[in-house]
Amino acid sequence: MKRFFSLLLGLTLSVSSALAQEDSPDALIRQVTEDVLSIVRQDKDIQGGDTRKVIELVDAKVLPHFNFQRMTALAMGREWNKANPDQKKRLADEFKTLLVRTYSNALTGYRDQTMRYKPASRPAGDADVVVKTEVMQPGGKPIPLDYSLGKGPDGWKVYDVIVAGVSLVTNYRDTFTQEVRANGVDGLIKMLSDKNKQLEAGKK
Amino acid sequence: MKRRIAKLCIAAFALFATAMSLVGCASTANDPRDPFEGFNRAMFSVNEGIDVVVKPVAEGYDALVPGLVKTGVGNFFGNIADPWIAVNNLLQGKIAEGASDVGRVLVNSTLGIVGLIDVASDLGLEKHAEDFGQTLGKWGVGEGYYLYWPLIGPRNVRDTLGFAVDVSVDPILRAHDVSARNTLNGVRFIDTRASLLPVDKVIEAAAFDKYNYIRNAYFQMRRNAVHDGSPPPLDDDDDEDEDKEK
Repeated sequence: MKRFFSLLLGLTLSVSSALAQEDSPDALIRQVTEDVLSIVRQDKDIQGGDTRKVIELVDAKVLPHFNFQRMTALAMGREWNKANPDQKKRLADEFKTLLVRTYSNALTGYRDQTMRYKPASRPAGDADVVVKTEVMQPGGKPIPLDYSLGKGPDGWKVYDVIVAGVSLVTNYRDTFTQEVRANGVDGLIKMLSDKNKQLEAGKK
Repeated sequence: MKRRIAKLCIAAFALFATAMSLVGCASTANDPRDPFEGFNRAMFSVNEGIDVVVKPVAEGYDALVPGLVKTGVGNFFGNIADPWIAVNNLLQGKIAEGASDVGRVLVNSTLGIVGLIDVASDLGLEKHAEDFGQTLGKWGVGEGYYLYWPLIGPRNVRDTLGFAVDVSVDPILRAHDVSARNTLNGVRFIDTRASLLPVDKVIEAAAFDKYNYIRNAYFQMRRNAVHDGSPPPLDDDDDEDEDKEK
């Protein structure tokens, strides 16, 4: 329990220090990544595949820097405008749950990789940037991991994550589009929530 | 060896053509890039079936073999692949990258003890991933339709041609000693499969329809690879042009 509180304290401190730096998207990505990885590196439970613990970590450290409304809009393309504000909120919530659950798993596979941060080349004053990083793994080619960020009223927020050229968001576009065309916006909400329930039930 | 590959290709195409005529009409295609979806999904199931056997072997390999050995195995096959990667970089006009790949082979084959240790990466000569499909893409050859092959999995038409060329120059498949060739090829296959295990887990959780998810990811990944990480934006990726279409 004591460990949990010191972790929580650590998280709060590092999130606030990350927030202080949010004028630069590169610095934000680097800070959040390093904070998360330093925790994973020390946490045997997470390395052992403790899903609940990873999700807590991601909730606390990573999610504040993501814009899930924008992510969901990007995943749905034109169909996004068919949703009313209430549906939009539910879509974004379900999509968030799905992405967190899915990719938190990837963190439990983290071993001795290191990160490399590429300098961002962006015109000054641009409100939309891509921050490029690379996962360096022993015995393999570096895996590119890019983040698209947009600047809003509350600072820089990630709205897309691109692994080796594959956008984790737009990869859903045709599945989501088809579902909305076949069963409407509520059909997509149901599809997402069914999937989340299934993942929830399947985890140990 | 070349004759064997040629025969294999002909057999594969014959199989493909036959299967195509069988399932062609029953195709459930709804992606213009994938008119043979019915056939492709059938092959996808075949591969999923094969993987029932292959995956446990890869998992066993991953669990039992010490990390250092796995890294050595990965480095060894990486080194064998590097000369062809160098050629492809040069064919694409990327002289610096190609020269760096040549440097990698020289350093790793000697100081790196037949490629087991990737000394070159530590010296700043970074590992690249190039193949003939990417070279064709760089030369302006279009992607072509999406195909799902038994064993080798997703390839568009361009990458299928590229793969045929890659295979024809593959040093391991050209090895004269049959048992060495089979052993090396087998270990490489399992090593590759093992390296994909973490991806598996993510796709399993993320995908509503695994076939569909892999197809989308494949097209994005190859497009990115051809453009070396900076693909031009897609028109239909633009979520701000809703009103252009009816």
